[in-house]
Amino acid sequence: MEAVNLMLWTFDTLLGLGLLWVAWRTLACADLFKGIVLFVAFGLLMALAWVRLDAPDIALAEAAIGAGVTGALLMAALARLRASETDEGSAGQLGSEGSDAEPSQWLPVVILLVVAAGLGHALLSLPPEAVGLGAEIAAHLDISGVSNPVTAVLLNFRGYDTLLEMVVLFVALLGVWSLGREIEQGASAPGPVLDTLARILAPVLILVAAYLLWVGAHAPGGAFQAGSVLGAAGLLLLLAGWRPRADLTARPLRLALVAGPGTFVAVAVVTLLTGAWLLEFPPKHAGTLILILEATATLSIGVTLAALFLGGRPRHDQELR
Amino acid sequence: MNTAFLYALVGVGLFSLGLYALIVHAHLLRKILAINVMGSGVFLVLVALARRSRDAPPDAVPQAMVITGIVVAVSATALALTLMLKLSGETGRAELPDDRRN
Repeated sequence: MEAVNLMLWTFDTLLGLGLLWVAWRTLACADLFKGIVLFVAFGLLMALAWVRLDAPDIALAEAAIGAGVTGALLMAALARLRASETDEGSAGQLGSEGSDAEPSQWLPVVILLVVAAGLGHALLSLPPEAVGLGAEIAAHLDISGVSNPVTAVLLNFRGYDTLLEMVVLFVALLGVWSLGREIEQGASAPGPVLDTLARILAPVLILVAAYLLWVGAHAPGGAFQAGSVLGAAGLLLLLAGWRPRADLTARPLRLALVAGPGTFVAVAVVTLLTGAWLLEFPPKHAGTLILILEATATLSIGVTLAALFLGGRPRHDQELR
Repeated sequence: MNTAFLYALVGVGLFSLGLYALIVHAHLLRKILAINVMGSGVFLVLVALARRSRDAPPDAVPQAMVITGIVVAVSATALALTLMLKLSGETGRAELPDDRRN
């Protein structure tokens, strides 16, 4: 027992130091591309840390979104940035990507130390026992309709958080779309490896998303994880050069985008009108309602993440009449 | 001190490193990376502090909020990256204008 404890302590300490070191290298290294690759590695280390904190649901979300989708978004943005810089022939400005911290600036270092010391002191002066809602959730889990406590909190006990979160995702996409159309990529055909890989992986990812959605009721998983895996499938197809047909980007795309928040609002209104509180599900139908909400949320999250990757309204988007 | 405090302190470290990088780097892509690292630090503190008492089952409320937070962070990052590309397209620089140099 002692030996196991010592090993776990060593692992935790190394993981903590590793996180700090990779974060530092991410932010300080001279090459932005390298920084983004390190950021993806940072996300995977974070997923390990979540597992050590008994939070496998977050670990799944972090691995799929924090490391996967965010990394892809950053890479795409960097590629577009460099393409626009080379277009204007301003080769000299590539140098401005370098680490531009001026070593003579001592004020930020002082701020860094004061903030870290203050927050660290505040943390260590907290009482050793946490006051949480864990017991409360365990006591009411049987009326929530699911047996995974995290899904119960996300979709039932604090459903309005998830409702508003779906709206935030939607508003972010509206912001991106209002800034312009999809940025034209150079006409580079995908290599045979990427093309084949995308064809094989996309159906597998869709299957994994469906599995995560279903299993979320009683084990780690759920709408967010499933949605981000679905989004990753979309990203992979977009990277391999696939673009949705013009007739798909008009009404069907918009319907898929609003399916999640729309269903959520509809259920909220119905529960409010039938005399209960906002998003208070009758225990008998809670399981079914949660599955419907999660299925539409998964679709919307996946499509929104893939649409965010395009960086603007789809190119062949026809104005709706 | 148990492992929860260790991870909470790592979270504080990540937040501070991100804040430092946010201040000293001018390139906007670096600032976006820094904000993401700061966010990861905040999430880590939130979940680690709820895990202080090892005997009780894990508290699902902070975990659910962090999952929500991760999705909000990725959408904010996507919007920030698009704004950065627009700015760079308009001005040719992926940096905000510096008051001292103008």
